[in-house]
This record gives sequence, structure tokens and C-alpha cells, in this order.
Amino acid sequence: MTTQPLAVELRGLAKRFGSVIANAGIQLEVRAGSIHGVIGENGAGKSTAMKMLYGMYAPDEGEILIQGKPLRFKSPSDAIHAGIGMVHQHFMLAGPHTALDNIILGAEPSHLGVLDRAGARTKLQALCKQYGLPLDLDAPVETLSVGVQQRIEILKLLYRNAQILILDEPTAVLTPQETEELLGNLKKLKAEGKTILIITHKLKEVLSFTDEVTVFRGGKVSGRVKTSETNAQQLANLMVGREVVLKVQEVESAAGVKHTFGKCLLRVERLNLKQKGHSHLKDVSFEVRAGEVVGIAGVEGNGQTELIEAILHPSDPRCLTSGKVRVLDQDVTDRKTFEIRALGVGVIPQDRHHQGLLLERSVKENFLLGLHRRRQFAKHGFILQKALDQSVEKALENYDVRPRRADIAVGGLSGGNQQKLIIAREFECGPQVLIAAQPTRGVDVGAIEFIHRRILKARSEGVATLLISSELDEILTLSDRILVIYEGQIVGDHLRGQADENQIGLKMGGGHHE
Amino acid sequence: MSEVHLGMKSRERIFRFIQPVVAILFGLAIGLLITLYAGENPWHVLKILANSAFGSVENIGMTLFYATPLIFTGLSVAIGFHAGLFNIGAEGQLAFGALAAAAVGILYPNVPGPLAPVLATLAAFAAGAVWGYIPGWLRARRGAHEVINTIMLNFVAAGLTSWITLYLLKSTESQNPETRTIAPAYLISHFAFFGDTPFNPSFLLALVAAFALWVLLWKTVLGYEMRAVGQNELAARAAGIDSAKMRIIALTLAGGLAGFVGVGEVLGHSHKFEIGFSPGYGFMGIAVALLGRNRPLGIIGAAILFGALHKGSLDLDMETEKVTRDLSLILQALIILAVSADGFWERVRKAVL
Repeated sequence: MTTQPLAVELRGLAKRFGSVIANAGIQLEVRAGSIHGVIGENGAGKSTAMKMLYGMYAPDEGEILIQGKPLRFKSPSDAIHAGIGMVHQHFMLAGPHTALDNIILGAEPSHLGVLDRAGARTKLQALCKQYGLPLDLDAPVETLSVGVQQRIEILKLLYRNAQILILDEPTAVLTPQETEELLGNLKKLKAEGKTILIITHKLKEVLSFTDEVTVFRGGKVSGRVKTSETNAQQLANLMVGREVVLKVQEVESAAGVKHTFGKCLLRVERLNLKQKGHSHLKDVSFEVRAGEVVGIAGVEGNGQTELIEAILHPSDPRCLTSGKVRVLDQDVTDRKTFEIRALGVGVIPQDRHHQGLLLERSVKENFLLGLHRRRQFAKHGFILQKALDQSVEKALENYDVRPRRADIAVGGLSGGNQQKLIIAREFECGPQVLIAAQPTRGVDVGAIEFIHRRILKARSEGVATLLISSELDEILTLSDRILVIYEGQIVGDHLRGQADENQIGLKMGGGHHE
Repeated sequence: MSEVHLGMKSRERIFRFIQPVVAILFGLAIGLLITLYAGENPWHVLKILANSAFGSVENIGMTLFYATPLIFTGLSVAIGFHAGLFNIGAEGQLAFGALAAAAVGILYPNVPGPLAPVLATLAAFAAGAVWGYIPGWLRARRGAHEVINTIMLNFVAAGLTSWITLYLLKSTESQNPETRTIAPAYLISHFAFFGDTPFNPSFLLALVAAFALWVLLWKTVLGYEMRAVGQNELAARAAGIDSAKMRIIALTLAGGLAGFVGVGEVLGHSHKFEIGFSPGYGFMGIAVALLGRNRPLGIIGAAILFGALHKGSLDLDMETEKVTRDLSLILQALIILAVSADGFWERVRKAVL
């Protein structure tokens, strides 16, 4: 395989934005017909490098060689002509339109000015067959699962004859099963001679997907290794530049501190949510005690979102049909969200962009969100700017949010830093109950370690934590008790140590039915 | 590193300040070039415009008089925008505000001097607020879109105010479709300094309203909650903010601000409610808010600009042969286009910074 020619070579690529050096001396070699992983923390410069490769940015210095030829891209369309295609993390699809229309959009075949759908269909059917990617071309995209939508994005590239495929965080939105499927599909593409670049944070996937890996750190390449000759620990160390603890709790519990649970702080009783004849939650009951982490394992879309909504908005009939929510021994079923949160409930929402942040607003205003009526920050209806400024400054320091700027728009921060800001905010009020949904989604290894440590620190301080995650590893690492949710029902209840990964995985897939 | 950042930041700030000014000049220049095509000397046209708008204290007084209602409606539209709502109903809200001011002045002639205009002002605010509350409530509680409802309520307002005017408050002396004249205690006197113009203290009310809105939106918890809802309703909801309530409050206040138009127009100028007195202040408020970037200070500036264009163009009919006062509308349109060409300005910004 090493005899294969290089499909992509970046030579000494550099890019500055004002005073910020995003890339310096980037050296990247990707062999034709291989799967190459590009990993690094947020802000390490991997996206910048990929955007230069895809023609979105022009490099300040250095060269891009495609199939051995030096090329200069003025825009992505130049890159597409050179056979490069990119699947963005957030898909670029028009929901109401069919898969076929989405794929040909922007490259519509026409005959005498008339759209030639039939021709496109024949070509696409051939492509689907060649690469073994089954697809219903006439289904509206919005009715398809995320995994299938991603397949459409890949077919879009193949339809445009891309030889080199760049996938940005392809597994961030996929269920474990879909991830497996994607892996299979990428192997088929590789067998057909395509070259694939995967940008990711997830070490596990890098190890199972790729042939070679290039690691970015601080705008430079910190290492390049053959996947078969490395391991997760080595990659993590290359990414962060120091020894990283991949599984936090094992270290903490090894310290030998005896941990006990306190009073029950969050209790839900027989939660039901019925909408249009469909049951989203069925008799969900559980409790979370002080100092306990209860993990909800499950494939996404099995009622996790509805469960969080029911706890936070129990008085809204769209969120809870019947059942009781108790926080700190008080029945809060009829209370408003604000009152519930004021009792000391912190929330890390599962989708930080949609539910957690005001992206166009400053770091400061985002820090205030949800804290804005606390006596600490508001008096007689006015916001106390000074107190706010001081708290934000302290929080950015304590939670290592970079850059340490309170006045810039949150949308400009990396995913990991956005998440750290949310955590800073939610811990600011000293919560007694913490609801953490997908707390480490789309953040890098360093941030994952940080976030896991914070959650465990809260646990040792007596916070009752409800952890919802589609990453089984995360649940297994952090939880004292693991509940499995399937189609809105709790189908499994395991204590830490008694949990068997296979058994839980089976229940997540609905395998508890005899 | 931080110094470099600061440098970037202040340059960014200067650019943001200069950009609308450049855009306005750009729009003006294109508009004046059109007059060249029409066969008029653009420099001559510009001189007439400038002189007519700012050439004397009387002219300045008229310009500011025209600007006053636009400040109110601009603020009205802006508060809606900040809460994520598009208030196209300022026209109906201001009609109700003006009618209420007139009605109080007609029905309660014996209210003592200093109290009377205050009472009418409150009535104008309240009546506009009611007309804003309705679409606010419909949006928040029934999910009916405010764009549709505010537009439709403009027609309802036009009909209802006409009916009240013609059947309940009709002037017996006048042939015109207007109410009786308000009691003398309600009149607001004109600024003597500006000579014989209707320019009156309602302009000061507009400045106070702009300042109050700035305080509300950027200094208070209520304003913070409204802006949070306007930016991301789901995040606001997760933070425990009652978005329905914020929407109702925002549109109610928007209606009240538009209602203030009646203060200057009725108490300060015509002393009665005339059907169709507004040439479309409510709709021009949308343009003013857009041009002023929904910031109170920007809105004051944009309203004065529009007032100046309106006043300036009035003399065009008389002093030029080939250009009429409609040039003011062309200039307004071109300026809005120039200011809102975001993609273009983004490119300029990248090239400059």
C-alpha cells in the first residue's frame, strides 16, 4: 500500500487570520485509495487545512498537490473540478425535496434546457449499485434518517465524480448502528479506489476506520502514524500534548474514597407523554440521589429528548401528559420552568446550538442566560453589569474557555469552548440537580476529560446528576446506575459494576422482548 | 497579542460606524445621477435638497417635525425585531393612538391645563398598545403569525377609526372627514425658536422614548429576556423564559410607541383626528428601523434623514423643471438598498480590515 502514489499532498501550508495563526507549515500526505484520519482538538487547525484543500480559503504559503500536480483553488468549484468533494458536518440538504433532486442540485443534467431527471436517475442507480449504497431516490429527504441523509451527501460527491472525499465529523450525528454502516460504506468506496479523508475527534473511530492518521495540534502537524501501529492513548497524547486520562472515573475510584449517596433530589413518577396517538414516554419512573450519577443509555430518538422536556417543562401539556416530577422533595409538576430551575437545577442541553446558546450574542450575554434573574446579577429589574463582568471573567478562567474574551459572539467559539461556557454557566449557581444531555457531543478529547471531571466533581460534592448520552462508553464510565430507555420505556436497570455492555447494548436495540 | 486584538476591535468598530454613512452617500450619489439622466444638474438638485432641509431654522424645524413620527414608528418596529417579531401594524396602532388622543381631548374638555396633554399622551400610548396586544396575544397563545395579523389589523383600524370619527366624533362645521377640535387645555405649543413651524415637544418625547427603549433592551432583565426570545426561542425556553409573555409584552410596547405618533400630530399640529392623516408613517418605520439597524440612536438618525429627504424634496416641484418631490422616495429606496447590501459590505470589510 505504501507504493501507492499520493492523492493529496499539502506542502508547508500556512494560513493566518489577522493576528491569529491558524495553520503553520502543514504537511499532509494521503495515499490514493486509502482512508486517512485527520484528528486534533477544536482549534487545532484541521478545519482550516481542510477548507484550504476544498478551496474555501486561499493559503498564505505552501502548495497543494492533487494526484501529484500542484493546483491553486480559487473556490470550492475549482476543487470539485479537481475531483475533491466534502461532506459537511451539518448536511446541506433541502428537506422537502426528494433524494434525487437533492443530489443533482447544482449539477442538473439538462437536455435542450429541459431537466433530464430520467438520465440522472439511470446514472444514480448505477452509482448506488456500483458502491452498494441502497437509496430510495424518490423519498423526501426530511423523511429519511440521519444515516441515510449522510449517504445522500456521499452520493452527491460520487455523482460529481469526486475521487477524494473529505468527511467532516461524519459520526457526530450517527447512532452506533449507523456508524457501523458508514464504516462498511467507506470500505466499499475505498475498494473502488476512492481516497477518503475523515476529520474527527473520536479516537475509537479513527482506530477502526483509517489506514493512516495525521494529528494536528496548535495549528501544526504534531504527528503522523500508521493506524496499525498506534493506539488510543498515543493519539490522545499527540492531540493534547500531554498525558490524557481517557477514562476518568477509574482513576478517581482507584483513589479509594468511599462514596455514599444522600437524599433523593430528583424523582419522576410514572411519566407519560402521548401525542397524536403515539406514546413517547411510557410510565417512566426513577430517582436520582445526592452524589449519584444516573445514566440513561439508549439509541437516540427513544424518548430521551421528551424525558428532559418533561422534567423541565412539566406544566406544559405538550411535554407531559401524566405523571409527577419531584425536585428536592417538592412536587414541581405544576410549576413553571423558571421556578424549577431556581430550585437548583442545572441543565446541559443536548443540542447546544439550538437549546443552549444565543449564537450571535456575546459570551457575556450567554453566560447570563438562565442566571439573569438571580439576585447576584439582577436588582430591581436591572442587570448588574459589574457583578456580571466579574463573574464571567472568573468563569472563563476557571473553566478554561478560550479565548478569554467576554465580548465576542459565542458562535465564533469552538464546540468544546461553547460547551465549557455552558458548563461554567450551569455550575455558577451551584446546582443540586444536574441534567447533562450529550455533554461531550462534538467536543475534543481534552474537553471530554475536562467535562467528565467536572461531572464527577459535582458528584463528589453531592449533586444528583441525570446523564443522558448516546455514547455507551460515556454512560459506563460515569454512571453509578444505568437505566436503558427503548421506545419511551425504561427497559433495563443496572448498578455500576453489574452492568454488562453486551446486555445493555441488546436492550438498547429492543432485544429485551421475548 | 491583546494589543493587536484591540487594534482589530477598534478598527472593526470604526468600520461599523462608517459603513452606514458611506452607504447613505452611495445611495444619494446614485439617486442624484438619475436626476442627471432626467436632464437636471445633480449638484443643483442636491443644493435645493440640502437648503430646503437644513437651510434655515424653519427648515430644520420642519425636517425634525417630519422626523418625529418616524422615530416612534421606527422604535415600534425595532422592539418587535428584537423579540423576533415583525410588526407591520404600526400604521394601525398609530391611527388608534392618534384617535384616542383626540377623543380624550374632545370628551374631557375640563381637565386642568398641565394635566390634559399628559392624559392624552397616556391615552395615545394605551390605545396603540391595545392594538399591539391583540396580534401579540394571537401569536403567543394561538400561534397565529403576527405578520398576517398586524397587516390585517391595519385595515380593521382604518375602518374602525373612520367609523368612530364619522359617527361619534364628527365635526359639524367641517366638510372634511375629521373629528371635532380638542379642548384648548390639550394643545401643545410649538417651539418658538423654530419660527412658524409645527415642530413641537413631541420630538423630545421621541428622544426620551428612544432612550427608554435603549435602557429597557440592554440594561434590564425584561429586555434581556425579550432579546433572548428573539434570538433563540428554544434556548430562552430552556432557560426558563416565558417566550409567549415576552412576545405579548414586546408587541404591546410596540403598539404603544406607535401610538405616541398621535401626540405630535394631534395635540401639537392638527388639533383633531383626520382620517388618513398618516402618509404611511407605520410602513416607513420599517425602513427607518432597518436603516437604523434597530438601535435607538440609529433610528433617530435614520428618521431625521428621512425627514430631511421628505422636507427637502418638497421644494423640488417648484425649483426644478424636470424633477419632482417623488425623488425623495427614489432616494429612500436607494439608500435602503445600499445599506442593506450585506454581502457587498462584508467584502469591503474583508478588503479593508
